Amino acid sequence: MTTTYRWGNIMCLAIPGKIKKINENQAIADFGGVYKKISLGILNGVKVGDYVLVHAGFAISRVKRREAMDSIKALKELKEAVRDEQN
Amino acid sequence: MENKTVTLAHGNGGRLMHELVDALRLKFSNKILDELTDAAEINLKGKRIAFSADSYVVKPLFFPGGDIGKLSVFGTVNDISMKGAVPVCISLSFIIEEGLPVKDLEKIADSISYAAKKSKVPVVTGDIKVVEKNAADKIFINTSGVGVINYKGRIGAKANPGDAIIINGPIAEHGLSILNARENLKFYSNIKSDCNNLNFETERCLKASSRISVMRDPTRGGVATALNEIAAASGIGIEIDEQAIPIKPAVKKLCDVLGLDPLYIANEGKFLCFVNNKDAKKVRKAIGANARIIGRVVSAHKKEVYLKTKIGANRILPTLEVDQLPRIC
Amino acid sequence: MNKIKLMEVCGTHTMAIAKSGIKAILPESVELVSGPGCPVCVTSQSDIDKAIAVSGIKDVIIATFGDMMRVPGEKESLAQAKSRGKDIRMVYSCMDALSIAKDNPKKRIVFIGVGFETTSPTVAATIMEAKRQKINNFFVLSCFKLIPPALYAVSNSDKVKIDGFICPGHVSVIIGTGPYEKFAACCKKPCVIAGFEDTDILVSIKRLVEMIKARSYKAEIEYKRAVTKNGNTKARKILASVFDVAPGQWRGIGIIEKSALKINKRYASFDAEKEFDIKISATLPKKGCMCGEVIQGIIYPNECKLFKRTCTPRNPKGPCMVSSEGACAAYYRYGK
Repeated sequence: MTTTYRWGNIMCLAIPGKIKKINENQAIADFGGVYKKISLGILNGVKVGDYVLVHAGFAISRVKRREAMDSIKALKELKEAVRDEQN
Repeated sequence: MENKTVTLAHGNGGRLMHELVDALRLKFSNKILDELTDAAEINLKGKRIAFSADSYVVKPLFFPGGDIGKLSVFGTVNDISMKGAVPVCISLSFIIEEGLPVKDLEKIADSISYAAKKSKVPVVTGDIKVVEKNAADKIFINTSGVGVINYKGRIGAKANPGDAIIINGPIAEHGLSILNARENLKFYSNIKSDCNNLNFETERCLKASSRISVMRDPTRGGVATALNEIAAASGIGIEIDEQAIPIKPAVKKLCDVLGLDPLYIANEGKFLCFVNNKDAKKVRKAIGANARIIGRVVSAHKKEVYLKTKIGANRILPTLEVDQLPRIC
Repeated sequence: MNKIKLMEVCGTHTMAIAKSGIKAILPESVELVSGPGCPVCVTSQSDIDKAIAVSGIKDVIIATFGDMMRVPGEKESLAQAKSRGKDIRMVYSCMDALSIAKDNPKKRIVFIGVGFETTSPTVAATIMEAKRQKINNFFVLSCFKLIPPALYAVSNSDKVKIDGFICPGHVSVIIGTGPYEKFAACCKKPCVIAGFEDTDILVSIKRLVEMIKARSYKAEIEYKRAVTKNGNTKARKILASVFDVAPGQWRGIGIIEKSALKINKRYASFDAEKEFDIKISATLPKKGCMCGEVIQGIIYPNECKLFKRTCTPRNPKGPCMVSSEGACAAYYRYGK
């Protein structure tokens, strides 16, 4: 039986995962309780404990833990910037 | 119908499926059938009886958190419970493909026994048919269930403006567990199907309030589809608060990684309860610690569901068009 | 005061904006249009027809990403070919396609590669791995494209005037800020590389508004937690060792010089275009389909005559309605 559903688009999604284990060119990444084997083939110098962006099974970049951002504050600032622009 | 042949998309709980249901239903339409609830209410010499039928074709047969046996018992019990009825008994019929290992069948039977005991609903009759190789996929289970309605109010498909919407716990676990088990995605997690009986929780709701209008288990198509169906059937609008919807962190993460919207992913142990706002807190408490009030029924934007996002914007939460996966239950 | 028109280049931004409802809360004077950063959407009709043609060859297994499945070809989509019994599989990673090749030594496996600088290095690394493991039944149909040349094309278009660009976060992870700095200075358009959370997008819009006001034509990184000035140099090196830059055919835009990636001579034995004699009749986009205008920000999806009438997610006429990152799909699902 064929299954032709799709899992949304996975092409441009890249989600940060934490490196748990490294074995040569491969690693296990932890996406908050979801684990996956990933390739380290296109990123240099990855260490256990690093956070990496994973795209299509490959670590593509290290990521810093994000500083908490407030979307309401961001919107307020945007509105102020626009208002200044109109004056 | 628009298509010349039936496609898998006709079975996914979305818009195409409604078209298919109508193509059949209109041929033998009647007042009870036309209500399109999971269980029909029939009057038997003054007694109000809930009667439902269902089929289970889940693939794979065994998945984290459950299997086809457990699913078929709980699913049938839940269909009756959603009608505000106390389930009395169920039937199970098996269509088995030649070649199914007896070991698997025994495992399924054990699971049925467990589920019947847990929900306190006996399996009272059944049937077995064996078909040749490729005429079915391993095993299909067809069920029916009967329950008695003692509730004073009428629980149906129609919600009222002013109702609060309550969900009994975190969403999207069943569909994700099936997807991960089946498609060999190689994601490892402790995400399990939420496959469970809801009859005790709904009985507590019914005791807590006499002003419940709709109960619905958001299975195929998930919470978003169930809400859209109710909005359309009731001619009312629904507003949901994104941040109030309970979801486990690992489930949220896997959805993010796969680009899936958890609001469209199937549940097998969750229900939405629409109750007059005055009784909302009482009902939430009666269900238990994981229950949350996630939204409300309004008289504006009729037949449409709106989602208030994290940043406070309102956007439409549409019906599923195409998508998601077949054979999840 | 004129309206400020900003383009979100990346399809993932288009979807994030739609899902969070950002357009509904933006100040009236700021307008967002979608750009040429949805991989499936910019893929030319001839490339899609090529992929479908390969699926018809005997003993071939096609592996591709989910969104390619439902894009309508001249006669049918890959999903329709699959339901007729063709072996077409969705994969999460190009490496999964290589595993399929190892497991099926008697079949030829063709990975259909669409996407931008984020995805192409993962495919280049897989091709190198295939060579190392001497796997000779694995092929790639490369439809990969580059983002910076498309920015110039949009910016130089006389059909639409964009004041600033919200640049793709994950493409930039690889290419860094260099190409945007050049573009911003050359075309006098500020650029901000944005993350994908609603706050990221709001902050980026704010910075663009400020830069437009100050007439400052720079490229900034908002998505600092992932993007560095230099990008991922290893990934770029791998990319350059497998692919050559070539002219690319973009849907609606036409040919853009130096905007596509083709497998180079060293790895020619993995090139599906060389392995298979792919014949397709000259193909044109579906009649009336305006995906080409949509991806350049020239029109909004609802200005296309097919939109919601004959083109729906269920029965899509163009890729922007198919792709979960497509502007038309976003409009259809979430409204403006």
